[in-house]
Amino acid sequence: MPPTTFHAPATLADAVSLLSAAGSRPLSGGTDLIVQMRSGRAAAPAIVDLKRIPEMSGIARSAEGGFVIGAATPCTALKADAALAAAWPGVVEGANLIGSIQVRNRATLAGNLCNASPAADSVPALIAAGARCRVVGPGGEREVAVADIPVAPGRTSLGEGEIVAAILLPPQPTGGADAYLRLTPRTEMDIAIVGAGAWVELAADGTCTAARVALGAVAPTARLVEEAGAALVGTKIDEAALAALSAACQAAAQPIDDKRGSAAYRIAMAGVLARRAVLKAAERAAARKEA
Amino acid sequence: MNAPTGKLAEGAQDYRVVGTRPVRPDGVDKVTGKAIYGGDFVAPGMIHGAILRSPHAHARIRSIDVSAALALPGVKAVVTGADMPEDKALKQRDPTGGLLSFARHSLAVDRAMFDGHAVAAVAATTPEIAQAALALIRVDYEVLEPVLTIEAALAAGAPVLHPEHKTSGVAPEETVPNVLAVLTHAKGDAAAGFAEADAVYEGSFSTAPIHQGYIEPHACVAQWNADGQGQIWASSQGHFMIRDQVGGILGIPLANLRVTPLEIGGGFGGKTRVYIEPVAMLLARKAGRPVRLAMTRAEVFRASGPAPGSVSKIRMGATRDGRITAVELDIALTSGAYAHDENGPALASATLPYNLANLDFTARAVFVNMTMTYAYRAPAAPQAVFAVESAIDELARQLGLDPLDMRIRNVARPGELNFHGLPMGQVGYLEALEAAKAHPHWSAPLPERQARGVAMGAWGNYGGPSTAEVSVADDGSVLVAEGNPDIGGSRAAMAMMAAETLGIDYGQVRVVVADTSAIGFSMNTAGSRTTFATGKAVIQACEAIIADLRHRAALIWGVEDAEVDWRDGAAWCGSGDNAGRSLAIKAIAKRANFSGGPIAATGAVNAQGWLPGVGVHICDVAVDQETGITTITRYTAVQDVGTAIHPDYVEGQMQGGAVQGIGWALNEEYVFNAGGAMDNPGFLDYRMPVCSDLPMIDTVMVEKPNPNHPYGVKGVGEAPIVPPLGAVGNAVSRAIGKRVTHLPLSPARVHAAITQA
Amino acid sequence: MSRLHVSTTVNGDAQEFLCDAGATLLEALRGPLGLTGSKEGCGSGDCGACTVTLDGEMVCSCLVLAAEAEGRRIGTIEGMAEPDALHPLQQQFLKHGALQCGFCTPGVLVAAKALLDHNPQPTETEARYWLAGNLCRCTGYDKIIRAVLAAAADLRQERSPA
Repeated sequence: MPPTTFHAPATLADAVSLLSAAGSRPLSGGTDLIVQMRSGRAAAPAIVDLKRIPEMSGIARSAEGGFVIGAATPCTALKADAALAAAWPGVVEGANLIGSIQVRNRATLAGNLCNASPAADSVPALIAAGARCRVVGPGGEREVAVADIPVAPGRTSLGEGEIVAAILLPPQPTGGADAYLRLTPRTEMDIAIVGAGAWVELAADGTCTAARVALGAVAPTARLVEEAGAALVGTKIDEAALAALSAACQAAAQPIDDKRGSAAYRIAMAGVLARRAVLKAAERAAARKEA
Repeated sequence: MNAPTGKLAEGAQDYRVVGTRPVRPDGVDKVTGKAIYGGDFVAPGMIHGAILRSPHAHARIRSIDVSAALALPGVKAVVTGADMPEDKALKQRDPTGGLLSFARHSLAVDRAMFDGHAVAAVAATTPEIAQAALALIRVDYEVLEPVLTIEAALAAGAPVLHPEHKTSGVAPEETVPNVLAVLTHAKGDAAAGFAEADAVYEGSFSTAPIHQGYIEPHACVAQWNADGQGQIWASSQGHFMIRDQVGGILGIPLANLRVTPLEIGGGFGGKTRVYIEPVAMLLARKAGRPVRLAMTRAEVFRASGPAPGSVSKIRMGATRDGRITAVELDIALTSGAYAHDENGPALASATLPYNLANLDFTARAVFVNMTMTYAYRAPAAPQAVFAVESAIDELARQLGLDPLDMRIRNVARPGELNFHGLPMGQVGYLEALEAAKAHPHWSAPLPERQARGVAMGAWGNYGGPSTAEVSVADDGSVLVAEGNPDIGGSRAAMAMMAAETLGIDYGQVRVVVADTSAIGFSMNTAGSRTTFATGKAVIQACEAIIADLRHRAALIWGVEDAEVDWRDGAAWCGSGDNAGRSLAIKAIAKRANFSGGPIAATGAVNAQGWLPGVGVHICDVAVDQETGITTITRYTAVQDVGTAIHPDYVEGQMQGGAVQGIGWALNEEYVFNAGGAMDNPGFLDYRMPVCSDLPMIDTVMVEKPNPNHPYGVKGVGEAPIVPPLGAVGNAVSRAIGKRVTHLPLSPARVHAAITQA
Repeated sequence: MSRLHVSTTVNGDAQEFLCDAGATLLEALRGPLGLTGSKEGCGSGDCGACTVTLDGEMVCSCLVLAAEAEGRRIGTIEGMAEPDALHPLQQQFLKHGALQCGFCTPGVLVAAKALLDHNPQPTETEARYWLAGNLCRCTGYDKIIRAVLAAAADLRQERSPA
């Protein structure tokens, strides 16, 4: 059944109220929703466009120096924000690998997150960054870790009528940096066979004082691999630490065989990609320290 | 000096127009969005068709209940296989069974033979109503076990897709279940050849079914009038083919069916037959309204005509000095759910550019529950040549020989006997190899951790029937009407050949692609035949025009025809009072009605004397040894092009074919799920190369003119897709130190090859 | 079900149309607006043949709902040329033979223009990555990239003649 109603509310409160009707779906970039509606995979009798709500678009700084990214902000806008691109290049990279530039001029972090594809490119980096989101719904507002939004392929933990209104990124500490890498057969226009987001914090002497590593496309949801981060903390990210990291990632990966890759290949690649992402983040962290 | 006829004039390489790079006549329309493609055409009162497709790869259709769909307001027609003619009528009109296959493929009767097989269709006032009507059609399927691969089809006890079919090429009692046809070709004594070899390579290879990947989905509008005359507007590689196949399937006299060609958004062989057009016409007849019918991208993948997958075994022997002493090749190709036989081209192409004494070839076409396969640029040659060029590379490596030198050692030269036992004409195989060897790419030092592969591949090309009409307007401008859809600049090539022949400026010539009622028959724009054969028709018509113009000038001057020359676009008087004077085409045309009437001529040819195209491709790759990802870092395509009428468009064919081959080698494949449905019927997971995947594709056009064409033309469109599978495979094999044999070389496969002991 | 009324601007001209809630901008362009230059190659945002600009940024019109066009500025291939002159990109495409069947060409041209609006001096790599969302099956991309880089040079020359 194709949709019969289209709303473009001007306030968040109006959007929440419209979304409380059964079958209503929020529309940000539409690059997943429209495809799914037209192929019959998603039913959306009523569509609520979030893009006319001023506070849903744009990137603001939080009081602590972090970032508040409106849920309807397209991925290319992330890239254009110099402060964000400098603080969280991995998050920005992840977002700017989704589809093509045409897609990225529309697609949003929030939409990518809530579509809950295991292979979503923006999610591993967000998890590694410790990102949270502001959820708004009929019951009011709450804050949730990004990692807790996707619960299964195509399903989120959001309740009836709830939407993600903003993605919240913490400030980047001195000595901290992130990176996101994915494995795709083509250079662009592809979907991750494996994705790895990494964040490390290095002390002045190069010792890793904190680290988070998240994998995408190797489990029903993108997820933090705690053992992988732990393998780096207290080390200078040497070969032994990286080997332990790779092993932890391979152990944590629970991929399926599908048209995009076999489970065995994905497990092997989880180790390779995580290592490369960590090295990239570490290189950035070292450069930031010197800057 | 009259324009050359048939034979290339000695030293006539200095063309005025041929070989230049003018803007194509249809170019402005195409860069401004004005050109009308299949899905752009609107007929007054047009309604919208949609097709219901089987979700089962193999099923008996017990019944179809369309009553609810018919009752839906806005629905004007519903058709099923019951509306198609019976087997008997179709076989009578075409005893080869071709029309029967096309008809049943277009609309199933009692069995669904592949996921996506059309089982019913509706026409309604809006696309939304048409879709809603499809949902109301009740089909009662008895699901049957599908056969999904060549191996499965050939296994003992496999379900038999066409029990009544007798395998052609073997005695009836030796019919092999699920084998459409067997073809063998033997030459010399292969056993003796292997015995004398110093090195022998043996390997098994495979390629997956592949789609041509044209960006424009199939689309048409069909209309039927109460007086029994029909019209179709369609994009295709041949509107005469559409007329003949729709007319043949539905029993419509050909003159009653007018097919107008729309612009075509890519074909590559995939649009050389009908898919939805017969159904569109059935709907139009029932609805009494014009019906637009198009395929979605998913329908294109599931239900048009992709290239066969292949499974092959090759054994090749060579002596120490690189002379190939024997080749044994057994190749099986997917026919799909209905009969499509590429055995002939597979065997003819396998070692086409080589002169080998001992061959033992077998090809088999195999039925499988997927959409019937069909032609894709040089059908079956890429698959067969992949095995051959890989084997040559292995032997070169084993024997410590330069891969190009080894090919030169075995190359076929003019006068030697071809596959059919006839002496070869002016083929340019050796010249292409030498040009590749001399190219800076071949001797460039390899950057660190990169590897280089080379391969050669040829395609026979074709000529065949084409018609062209040329007329001269009062102001001296020239109109060429021909019947070949313009896929990649053929209008420009026709205008250039006409201008060259007539001795006038390119800008004075206009070319239109005329519909089936407006011009005589032309075979498809396919087979690398158009510049060659339709060019000959155009040239023939221009030569008749020249004779006519000379005659009129002779009348005007009061001399004999023989005393009038034609050159530089004008008649020149050779004798009498007007000796030395000239009359330009414009001056003669102005007086046309006083000198005999309209100036027009037809060229109708069944062009003979075509020569093969051949490509030699050099490919550098970097393989990420940890992930198996292959990057093409440098690519050079060398080709004997005969004469490049319009060099830009010849280069374009070389580059386009090379990149299609790269995609075939690296990432493209049909993936089926366990139930037999295509798992990746979209451009996300059917991975064609994107812009950022590739470097520039350098091209070298070797010109060894074909003496059997006035301008030396050899077809160029298909040869460039034949070498890339071998070139990429050879490069990757050298990069990882192991022979890769199964395409595509997706990262997982390459990774597995690297890590395997 | 009643249809939506949309007022929008296409290629600088005010336009109105009726559409269903689920209709895409591509359908609205090709249907009621009669602008068939933007093509449907896949309907899922994977080929770029439907590329248009929306408030100056390039998007796949098959992934925009027609209703979203309300009050916005749409740019299509039909608006690229001046009445009396082709855009330098269009000219260079013709000059370089950067099209064969021409089906992907409108989308590629709109995307290429967006590239040059953002980055007047792209490198080959930058151009390739920008155009990665536009599939071409005929050309192998080589002549497309050459034409884009040549047009970039033309436009830089126009803006600041040496």
